Amino acid sequence: MVDQAVSDRISQEIKDNEVTLYMKGTPVFPQCGFSAAVVQVLNHLGVKFHGVNVLEDPGLRQGIKDFSNWPTIPQLYVKGEFVGGCDIIREMFQTGELQDTLKEKGVEMENAA
Amino acid sequence: MPMQAHDIETMIKEDIPDADVKIEDLRGDGDHYAVYVVSPSFKGKTRVQQHQMVYNALQGRMGNELHALAVQTSAPKEQ
Repeated sequence: MVDQAVSDRISQEIKDNEVTLYMKGTPVFPQCGFSAAVVQVLNHLGVKFHGVNVLEDPGLRQGIKDFSNWPTIPQLYVKGEFVGGCDIIREMFQTGELQDTLKEKGVEMENAA
Repeated sequence: MPMQAHDIETMIKEDIPDADVKIEDLRGDGDHYAVYVVSPSFKGKTRVQQHQMVYNALQGRMGNELHALAVQTSAPKEQ
């Protein structure tokens, strides 16, 4: 079951931010290797993103899993759409699909090469 | 309790019978696995949907007993 208040918060957050990463820790100080890996990919591409630390909010930590129907964290949202967790983002980055997806959605990348 | 590799494989195959499942015990500790799942039923689905099918098959264990399972999915290559 998705808590309505948490669900509303997430809906708003992924609408207000082009790229939102639900993660453990912060972009500067990730507290989990999987979260760190996604931060690294985004930084490498020069994508500006809004990091949300789920460790600060137990309701959100469970809520984002229910919201996305996805059992793990990190979770990356681009323009309101769930793109994937750590495995998918890594794989998409390696194949270039992530760059294509970001470009298609009109997200600015400073190091798009 | 960590899960055994063959239990992971069995659960996935029970739910996705046509799946070809390969499991790697990444550190040999029975706790960090990578699973590669190839199934015709993935065809036309997004990666997110494919992974959701695998997570579904694992019935809530992902993120709990299974905290470190790397998942890679694909449909079989066209012949």
